[in-house]
Amino acid sequence: MSISSRHSSHSRPCHESSPCACSCAAAQAVNTPRRRLIQIAAASLAAPLGLSATEAWSKPSDGDRLVMEEIEGAPAPLRLTDIRPGKPVLAFPFDASSKSVRDGSRLNKVVLMRFNESELDAETRARSAGGVLAFSAICTHQGCDLKTWSSKAQLLVCFCHSSKFNLREAGKVAAGPAYRPLPMLPLKLDGEQLVIAGGFTAPPGGQLA
Amino acid sequence: MNHRFQRLALALAAALPCLAAQAAPGPYTPVTDARLANPEPSNWLQYRGNYSGWGYSALDKIHAGNVGKLQLAWAFSTGQVDGHQSPPIVNNGSMFITTPGAQVIALDAKTGAELWRYKKELPPELMQLHPTNRGVALYGDKVYVATVDCHLVALDARTGKVVWTKAVSDWKAIHYMTLAPLAAKGKIMVGSSGGETGVRGFVAAFDAETGAEAWRTYTVPAPNEPGGHTWPGESYKNGGGSIWITGTYDPERNLAYWGTGNPAPWPTEGRKGDNLYTTSTIALDVDSGKIRGHHQYTPNDAWDWDEVSAPVLIDTEVKGRKVKAAVHAGRNGYLWMLERKDGPIDFIDAVSYVNNNVFTRIDPKTGRPTYDESKRPGLGKGMVSFCPSLWGGKDWPPEAWNPKTGLFYIPANNNLCAEMPEPEPSKYKKGDLFIGYSIEAVLGSLRYQGGNNAAAPKTVGELQAWDLKTGKLAWVTKFPTHLWAPLLTTGGNLIFAGGTNDRLFRAFDARNGKVLWEAPTPSGVTGVPSTFEVDGEQYVAVQSGWGVDAARMQAGVDTLMGKATVVPQGGTVMVYKLK
Ligand code: FES
Repeated sequence: MSISSRHSSHSRPCHESSPCACSCAAAQAVNTPRRRLIQIAAASLAAPLGLSATEAWSKPSDGDRLVMEEIEGAPAPLRLTDIRPGKPVLAFPFDASSKSVRDGSRLNKVVLMRFNESELDAETRARSAGGVLAFSAICTHQGCDLKTWSSKAQLLVCFCHSSKFNLREAGKVAAGPAYRPLPMLPLKLDGEQLVIAGGFTAPPGGQLA
Repeated sequence: MNHRFQRLALALAAALPCLAAQAAPGPYTPVTDARLANPEPSNWLQYRGNYSGWGYSALDKIHAGNVGKLQLAWAFSTGQVDGHQSPPIVNNGSMFITTPGAQVIALDAKTGAELWRYKKELPPELMQLHPTNRGVALYGDKVYVATVDCHLVALDARTGKVVWTKAVSDWKAIHYMTLAPLAAKGKIMVGSSGGETGVRGFVAAFDAETGAEAWRTYTVPAPNEPGGHTWPGESYKNGGGSIWITGTYDPERNLAYWGTGNPAPWPTEGRKGDNLYTTSTIALDVDSGKIRGHHQYTPNDAWDWDEVSAPVLIDTEVKGRKVKAAVHAGRNGYLWMLERKDGPIDFIDAVSYVNNNVFTRIDPKTGRPTYDESKRPGLGKGMVSFCPSLWGGKDWPPEAWNPKTGLFYIPANNNLCAEMPEPEPSKYKKGDLFIGYSIEAVLGSLRYQGGNNAAAPKTVGELQAWDLKTGKLAWVTKFPTHLWAPLLTTGGNLIFAGGTNDRLFRAFDARNGKVLWEAPTPSGVTGVPSTFEVDGEQYVAVQSGWGVDAARMQAGVDTLMGKATVVPQGGTVMVYKLK
């Protein structure tokens, strides 16, 4: 299967300007308690976080696997050994039961990095699986993709305006202009497979200022 | 509520309508073609004050002799962070500014009272490489803004109500707009940024009344169009040539002049040829959108030297001959003097105003440069260094022309070079960057001329004044830091500029470059300054709000020097008048 046909097999991103009202309305309710939490957060913080209260794409869910952002052929759930130290991997959540990739919104994109567990602070280690961490790949400044690991600084660096994030310390900002830490996605292991163990710790996205 | 508070509340309520009435400026006067072609000095009706792009006002009540007495009249916080670059545009007492986040605010130019505010709801998934906006266009009784999610919006100038909204291109492909639109002959013209995201650049015109698209001209031709042979295969489809900055306009010939961006991706391997009309000036017929002439500054560019500013249109003497000139301080570090014919653009002369070590020769007839190929980064080249840097001798901040002093002013950055490694294979993917170099390579490319930290030059920023008649530098004022300074010059023999990381906004003597006045602002100033009059009193206005490429260059310098420079964030409109 090509990348484009994989895309056509599930719901598309949804905005007023795009003619996709039907697929948006059809998006299923998932991860209800978590979802409600995010909706409440989104409603009260809509302006600074740039999230609308009516998001309708399917969000990462407890039990989801992860698949590479760009794949040729059928999506294969990522395994611990696919993530090598020092090499960030961009991924989307994957609902294994319906075999659908949750890439309806780029806000679902995550960046995976692997560390020695001993290097992580306690909060971060609690959300790691085999030393692998999953963070929102959307910079909290103005929403650019985060995919550059600076081996010199040992920080994740944003191309757009050079914000830097310390992944070993729960994604906290090491250098602005971003001021909000990177939301994390807790992970667990099922054998060798990486499994999502809950929703984002905070709504992903830029500040839209 | 006790009685005292009740009385107070009543008194306040009674006072409010009265305050509002005081705040409203006079009735709004429609902006006509005639006014735009011949702007009254008391107003600042468009991006650079006039169609020719001068950045000049004849107002002279504030002058070199009294500018030391300049003080703040009022300030206004925009509530946004990042790069505040738009000029305060003023029409008979109504001021319009834009901010990052696709916001337009109308203010009483005399008091700073807010008249109305428009803020476009942006898609949460939007990715903003350049969170900024460079201002509105005024036409008729409407205000036009081009947004970062690639829409053109027409607002009622009196109320701020949306008249129409038009999607210009696809924000999901990271096409976005940062420029102030150009208004002429019933059309509103805009173009899209995206040279780093694989846009095929274009200028498009929309009917001012209805928003209906009148024409769209790609800056990168298809194979069957003139210039199409300069692109191999399908490479033109994502060839760059983006539009960043408002065009200039010659009403007599009905030609609009636009500066075009770099070809994409940056490495030249996949796009052998001149890659017309990237890194060029193009002349478009405003009725039809037809390209009537062009001049390309850096054919087959490999250095990200996009020539984003439109040329400044000046009738002057160059090399002993009176010409209708188009003058442009190029990103490639040369000051270009071109002649506007009835369509075609001829080369007259080019002189380097900052160090360029890539050009070995410029053809005296055509202006075509010859390159030292060892300084072209690319496959199999290893690390390649070149000057000027990726940001060039001058990036987008506009130059200015003062007909009174006869000098052309350039906000330049000298002594900066770049070092680029081998490119990476790049394939266009919608919604992703299309650069061809690793992000680290781009971010860490900046070098001082002369190499290491110890040999770092003492100055980088240069405010330069050029005599176009002689083609000689008249004077230069140097700065220890880089200078990211849009310029305003006036009939009072003054230049106003910010652009340094110390938050200062300054006035210089336009005849010799001496600093006559300076004042700190809340953030750094990379805004375009303007000047205007209300009730016979002259004001100078500028937005403070540091960000975007000035901040990127700062990050590059900081990396080089191992330091961290903090410039506070937050946008403020600053308006000054004499004590
Ligand atoms: S979007 Fe990442 S630093 Fe601005």
